[in-house]
Amino acid sequence: MSDYNLSHLDELEAEGMYVLREVAAQFERPAILFSGGKDSICVTHLARKAFAPARIPMPLVHIDTGHNFPETLQFRDDLVNELGVQLIVGSVQELIDRGEVTEEQGFNASRNRIQTPTLISTIEAHQFDACVGGARRDEEKARAKERFFSHRDDFSQWDPKNQRPELWDLYNGKCQPGEHFRVFPLNNWTELDIWNYILRENIAIPSLYFAHEREVIRRDGQILANSAYLNLRPDEQPEKLQVRFRTLGDLTITGAVESDADNLEKIVAEVAAARKTERGGRMDDKRSQSAMEDRKKEGYF
Amino acid sequence: MAQGLLRFITAGSVDDGKSTLIGRLLYDSKTIFEDQLESIEQASTQRGTDGADLSLLTDGLRAEREQGITIDVAYRYFATPKRKFIIADAPGHIQYTRNMVTGASTADLAIILIDARAGLLEQTHRHSFIAHLLGIKHMVVCVNKMDLVDWDEARYNEIVDLYRSFSSRLDIPDIRFIPISALQGDNVVDRSERMAWYDGPTLLNHLEHVHVAADRNLQDCRFPVQYVVRPQTDAHRDFRGYAGRVAGGVFKVGDKVVALPSGLSSKVTSIAIGEKQVDMAFPPQSVVMTLADDIDLSRGDMLVRENNQPESVQDIDARICWLSEQPMRPGTRFELHHTSREAKAVVKEVVYKLDINTLHRVEDDLQIGMNDIARVRIRTAAPVLADDYRRNRATGSFILVDPGTRLTVAAGVIYA
Repeated sequence: MSDYNLSHLDELEAEGMYVLREVAAQFERPAILFSGGKDSICVTHLARKAFAPARIPMPLVHIDTGHNFPETLQFRDDLVNELGVQLIVGSVQELIDRGEVTEEQGFNASRNRIQTPTLISTIEAHQFDACVGGARRDEEKARAKERFFSHRDDFSQWDPKNQRPELWDLYNGKCQPGEHFRVFPLNNWTELDIWNYILRENIAIPSLYFAHEREVIRRDGQILANSAYLNLRPDEQPEKLQVRFRTLGDLTITGAVESDADNLEKIVAEVAAARKTERGGRMDDKRSQSAMEDRKKEGYF
Repeated sequence: MAQGLLRFITAGSVDDGKSTLIGRLLYDSKTIFEDQLESIEQASTQRGTDGADLSLLTDGLRAEREQGITIDVAYRYFATPKRKFIIADAPGHIQYTRNMVTGASTADLAIILIDARAGLLEQTHRHSFIAHLLGIKHMVVCVNKMDLVDWDEARYNEIVDLYRSFSSRLDIPDIRFIPISALQGDNVVDRSERMAWYDGPTLLNHLEHVHVAADRNLQDCRFPVQYVVRPQTDAHRDFRGYAGRVAGGVFKVGDKVVALPSGLSSKVTSIAIGEKQVDMAFPPQSVVMTLADDIDLSRGDMLVRENNQPESVQDIDARICWLSEQPMRPGTRFELHHTSREAKAVVKEVVYKLDINTLHRVEDDLQIGMNDIARVRIRTAAPVLADDYRRNRATGSFILVDPGTRLTVAAGVIYA
């Protein structure tokens, strides 16, 4: 009997591949939302396995805040080339230039919130009916109730109190014209699962995840990468530290951790022993108890 | 050995100590992080509650935190060196039956909490019945709050006996009883020194070792085709592979298979997971198979063995749980989703409704509303390749989708 036992990573992989195939089968115009972070890299890896030996039958969509780590963009372009898939970029800067959104001002200004209108306008322009994302239920409590096929109305809004029931692995992708779905194949993965899977499958990830020396500033208990996009307070002094990133958002909001984990084995060990959640370093979640739920309702990733 | 996965459901309300129990499992397995605890403590202080209210950890939506109730299934994760666990944390009140049904649909095991002072309640029956209806084969009955009955063995035995006599009416092969105090931690992760009379495993120890792999159907080969992979690239000009998740049995390269509904036979020439070729596939693996012959086969069809086929049915005897706020309108034409297949369907007859507190059949009021569980007869416009749900969850389950609103309005299990 033991021949037919699967490890939990095998089971999660099988589930993720199944979900991606449902997306390809049920929708006319699906897309994968690709941030360059480890979760969307895992989704893309699962898609590659789900459709092999064919190419991934949907484009990658990157919502570009204009405040990217240069490493992320290089990584994105290399991966797209290797996979032979289409890349669609939705630019936050273009929306700002067209006057459709207004940038936040001040010390903690970030383009996180205005990614949402950019995402929505990209979805509308390309008429995507399903957008696959790398969000996981363990990330944040509003996400713990997320479905695999998460319905969005024609304003891209999420209604958490009125979600569709989702039973067995029967995913109902039917909706009214103008509505769409967000799909989360990694729902049941934890941060540690992601890292163990990256290690097992030997998946390439941006160098930012590995420990490196970087100029940073400390702010409100966070370590932020110093960059031209960060507004420094008079008392803030950049310093050089050995750090790595646990998540990759844009430059202004992604907190680093001090670490000497410079290979995957060390990262797995570090994550397994961590006493803070990975989003503990995200300024965007710190704004209130419901920061994530509020952004998700508006149509955030 | 590889670390496996166990999916289980907990149902109940705050009063049963469900949140405390989950909190303890997460806390003792070091799954609650410092910043989460900090954020809960801060919120508890604002709300004026004493200490960290662990239910804030599980009640993720603003409306839930405001009302202090759990209104949806939340999924929690924790792991020990032996296993990874997915908890479907479902609300316990009768108005949330549909949420518990949802959580139970993917669970291998159910934890039923009984307050040692109160004994068996209506909700004990309801939760046990739903677990049975959804085909959960392993049940752990935790007799909780033993600290409040002075760790009394006689009281525990009395509850065990009552539950045994009730559950003999249900088809649950593995029922385990554990006396615990979730609040004080007795027999949850660590053995209780105050209940030396109990010599069974602790809850976590049981969860780590309970054998669920045998629940998967490895006898009846079922491969619903989900998607056809056709690369149309120079390297794979004529490649045609059938992608899907094995729903039953073991498929091996070289096996003779029959495609349904066409009835055409062929042979499995390759099985792959991604770019890796494998010799066999079994549930719940996602694979791509190729066949020796170019037969007509697409999404909604199923590969099986010649001498072991599902029933091809248009008249379905099923139990359904109604999920929609709108009551069922007689004569509505639904879309029935079953494996990767869809068919138009109509509910021909409501045979009876179940009072899920007493398990009595209700035959004089056959109006079906939200949370009702009923036995019905359904007629489909095209054949469905079905197995009895008790034999195969994947090929014995379906949902009904309203063609107007496109919403999932009912979940059903087939009795073939």
